Amino acid sequence: MTELSAHDLVRDYSGFRAVDGVSFTVTSGQTLALVGASGSGKSTIARLLSGLDRPTSGTITIDGEPRRPGYRALREYRKHVQMVFQDPFASLNPVKPVHHQLARPLRVHGLDGDRRAVLELLDRVHLRPADQYADKLPHELSGGQRQRVAIARALAPRPKVLLADEPVSMLDVSVRLDILNLLEELKRDNDLAVLYITHDLATARHFSATTMVLNAGRVVEIGDSDQVIFHPADDYTRRLAAAAPDPWR
Amino acid sequence: MTPVLQVRNLHVDYETATGPVHAVRGVNLDVHRGELVGIVGESGCGKTTLAYAITRLLRAPAHLTAGSVTFQGVHDTTPVSVTALTGGALRKFRWDRMSMVFQGAMNALNPVQRVSAQLQDLFHAHRPRMSKAERRTRVGELLDLVGLPGRVARSYPHQLSGGMRQRVMIAMALALEPHVVVMDEPTTALDVLVQREILDAISELRHRLGFAVVFITHDLSLLLEISDRIAVMYAGRVVELGDSARLRENPQHPYTTGLLNAFPTLRSERRDRHGIPGHPPDLSVPIAGCAFADRCGFVRPECTTTDVPLLPIGGGDVACHLYTTERQEVSR
Repeated sequence: MTELSAHDLVRDYSGFRAVDGVSFTVTSGQTLALVGASGSGKSTIARLLSGLDRPTSGTITIDGEPRRPGYRALREYRKHVQMVFQDPFASLNPVKPVHHQLARPLRVHGLDGDRRAVLELLDRVHLRPADQYADKLPHELSGGQRQRVAIARALAPRPKVLLADEPVSMLDVSVRLDILNLLEELKRDNDLAVLYITHDLATARHFSATTMVLNAGRVVEIGDSDQVIFHPADDYTRRLAAAAPDPWR
Repeated sequence: MTPVLQVRNLHVDYETATGPVHAVRGVNLDVHRGELVGIVGESGCGKTTLAYAITRLLRAPAHLTAGSVTFQGVHDTTPVSVTALTGGALRKFRWDRMSMVFQGAMNALNPVQRVSAQLQDLFHAHRPRMSKAERRTRVGELLDLVGLPGRVARSYPHQLSGGMRQRVMIAMALALEPHVVVMDEPTTALDVLVQREILDAISELRHRLGFAVVFITHDLSLLLEISDRIAVMYAGRVVELGDSARLRENPQHPYTTGLLNAFPTLRSERRDRHGIPGHPPDLSVPIAGCAFADRCGFVRPECTTTDVPLLPIGGGDVACHLYTTERQEVSR
């Protein structure tokens, strides 16, 4: 059982407070949805949790242990906490074949980065036959396939926590569900803790038991997804729910 | 009443080094006065190309290879053949009768010109007899129309938020009071809350000014909510066309059903949902039969061999062999 917790996180950017005292916990085998409009601080939180940025104050703990500073500690931390980025067209190295992009994180984290391990990763994200995909360059893949490679890369160090920052917003409608279903399956089979960051309340509700709403860097509401979306206590959540496209309106 | 816009058998090819890519393969579509027609489909289905063809904005390597677009204004005695317009006549027609809101407002506005200059440019080009004072007043009116404060006129695009820029784009599209406005993913890059504001503004303006909208997006959920009618495009063709309420309750084409199942809506029950397996076909090779056949769960032998036109079925138009056989059985 793994728990990644944020305790009173604050991040200031030259006079602007992007994240303002945020605390929450992501637990093994569960998905926590983090929703909010642009500029609410969603991605900053992802950057803080992934170690791409440091909080101005507050702590991040994994299984109660605070994240320590320093490169070695960061690498150790990233073995457990991995991120899937929004744009699969920008997050893969365009001049390296897929097997290279998957072998590297394996080796960086002290694992065996041979072809067999790479194929196994590709198989886990349903890129089959894995042997063919391994030799392709990113431009030979569709958006959905690229995002699967990005997910496979995140799975390489066998993390316990996956941070997915708008993992499907750049993808075609017809493949979005498949990527979200894949994350769901990986979570279930590997007992991963998943933080699903999105502006889309509909998928937040469908893929997470718990939803957390962020506005101007603060958590305005957190609770059972149905409760938060259908019976919002906060005015901002109400506006967000009312703004979501609804074919039955 | 004659539709304001009639698209007939439109074909668009992109010339590439390896031969033509058939991006739009025979589209028929009517747009009635004041109506909002939605066009939906996956990336690469030809929806943006269709929009550019209708507005005559196609540039090489894209070419209109066949078909016609006819425009009929309220006061026009004879219809305008949009596809036949050239030179000065085309320049005069464009924007005056039919305008467009482009996908990325950030890229569509000139970054080194103030908003007022960009709006006034339209009047310089299309209303040369307008005085300076009149142009200024009109810019003020237009900004007010789309709910922007007057100070925006003096702003540069980078000083505005994404939503404000998109409003400027809408003001620009409405400046000459066109009958048809083509909107290509006008809210895709925007935040949910801002998207809602823009949609509300579009709907309010449409009711007030009476222009028709062709609204292009990949977000079917959104279209179902705002459209009068929806055209579902696949591989360069319209595969289903009909009333949005009918499409929502009773989709006919397997691709439409697939799209509807491919996203959960806010209120829908939690159940297993899947995307549509497979990929759209390569449009550089000729397609025999239905382009969706290799991804379709209801595929029949004739699907891969025989072309199927858009035919009226159950209150809408559908291009699918599932119904052509039924029709034959009924007629026997």
